[in-house]
Amino acid sequence: MKEFLVISGKGGTGKTSITAGFAALAGDIVLADCDVDAANLHMLLEPVTYHTEEFIGSRKATIDPTHCSNCRLCQESCRFNAITSTEIACTVNPLSCEGCGVCSFVCPKGAITMHDHVSGHWFLSDTRYGPLVHARLGIAEENSGKLVAKVREQAQRIAQEKDVEYILVDGPPGTGCPVISSISGVDLALIVTEPTIAGLHDLERVRQLAGHFDVPVMVCINKYDLDEAYTRKIELYCQKQQIELAGRIPFDRNVVSALVRGIPAVAYAAPSTSENSAAKAIGDVWQAVRNRLLA
Amino acid sequence: MLITIASGKGGTGKTTVAVNLALTLKELLPVVLLDCDVEEPNVHLFLQPVVNESEKVMTTVPKIDGNKCDGCGKCSEFCAFNAIAIVKGKPITFPELCHSCRGCTLVCPTGAITETPRQIGLVEKGTWSVIKTAKGTLKIGSPLAPMVVDAVRNTAPLHHGDQAVIIDASPGTSCAVVAAAKDTDFCLLVTEPTPFGLNDLTLAVELAKKLGLPHGVVINRAGLGDHSVYDYCHEADIPILMEIPFDTKYAACYARGGRLVEEFPDLSDRFLKLWDVIQHHAKRHQREEPKT
Repeated sequence: MKEFLVISGKGGTGKTSITAGFAALAGDIVLADCDVDAANLHMLLEPVTYHTEEFIGSRKATIDPTHCSNCRLCQESCRFNAITSTEIACTVNPLSCEGCGVCSFVCPKGAITMHDHVSGHWFLSDTRYGPLVHARLGIAEENSGKLVAKVREQAQRIAQEKDVEYILVDGPPGTGCPVISSISGVDLALIVTEPTIAGLHDLERVRQLAGHFDVPVMVCINKYDLDEAYTRKIELYCQKQQIELAGRIPFDRNVVSALVRGIPAVAYAAPSTSENSAAKAIGDVWQAVRNRLLA
Repeated sequence: MLITIASGKGGTGKTTVAVNLALTLKELLPVVLLDCDVEEPNVHLFLQPVVNESEKVMTTVPKIDGNKCDGCGKCSEFCAFNAIAIVKGKPITFPELCHSCRGCTLVCPTGAITETPRQIGLVEKGTWSVIKTAKGTLKIGSPLAPMVVDAVRNTAPLHHGDQAVIIDASPGTSCAVVAAAKDTDFCLLVTEPTPFGLNDLTLAVELAKKLGLPHGVVINRAGLGDHSVYDYCHEADIPILMEIPFDTKYAACYARGGRLVEEFPDLSDRFLKLWDVIQHHAKRHQREEPKT
């Protein structure tokens, strides 16, 4: 079983459209959407969800005002400025509370308890391209990394049970907590970038992150024809860094049209499909990635 | 006026709006531009500020004295972030997971744990023309973005009544965005008119509501995609404050790090008008729901 991740650093470079294309082309796979903060992959796959589960990502402190002596020791000890005191008692701001439990430990009156906090949900679904594990972190929640770990764990379980060859993971943007949780231990990461100054800058940072976790990477340049000079710049950068290019994908309005219809671009048979379509290029990129995974 | 530019979905044009709004306003009032997308900060690619002050963002992590530790495991049991494990009677720390709550230090019965500093990011203050800037960069491999966001926010002037403080947030709706958006006067949500844009906009609207922030929408790449974002805003009574049409000329300008309002001066009027309506909405919100 091999885990293959699609990431980007920069948001909006086309990760999900490309991942959905791979899903349609790959055959025997399990899909995992690890962009738990703003999941989109399901929107192109018409999933039928057969299991939903609460995700307990953290704990939150509660102060019982009848036992609180208002000594404010908790407030002084809280490193997250999550406790405020009124004239009567201390109260916790759940948005700031990280659930460390220090307030509960220091309270001399035993007035503070920690309780489990549901910070999102995860789902098991079936799609026409294979099983999909996805999730939704609650609004303004933390611990997205733990939820990502949950999604990957479920995808691995399903892949093992069904003896499936590949897990295809749609990753989150950025380099923080959920990205770290998505990338650690995968067999290969495809970085989807775009020919812009920000695309190149963010590619460099996410490549460093992959290096930090010893994950091999390939790069694909999406919407390459929007600025071919910049595309060459990115290709030169990859050459210098000895990163294998998986291919270029042209800007193609059919990708947006497919998205509006809720299907992968490769499954959208537009009347004007030409040789230079994004759908064809996504297929070529998948071949390059597959060859690398098999190597 | 302190405003945050957020989006839900990545790559919708937050940085473009932040930079060009700052450029438009710079002749009219003092402008501070804070790059709080600390995982992938990009403002400096469009304005190249002269950095005149940089400060490391530090946190503290446990340091365990092996001579004093008796391997009781109380620290590991207490740690809510799995940052300490006891393996074969010896403690192992995972500093990158540590949230610096100091719990382990407090619970250790033998006083074996002290705190030691660790860098998680960098804040750089600078100026570009008359615009004051600050940029946060999360160290590669560190997951604690919100702490770096807080550090960038702390560089802003305390009293900003007559200034425009513009915060460029990261995509998503999790803790890092909360850190960038909380206690601001207005939350501007940049989206694109596609189903992905709509889905993530609805999440961003929920975030703005949860934080009690007045909010409005900028539609970027208008003309691409479908009408669903417009229908949603109409039904949910969320004002659409500006549209930027999809135009390969704009895309090309952005691609090489160009500044839209300089290359296409007719766009300045849109950004000026945007600022006016933001102020209008923020002030109305203040009148209706005064801060306690």
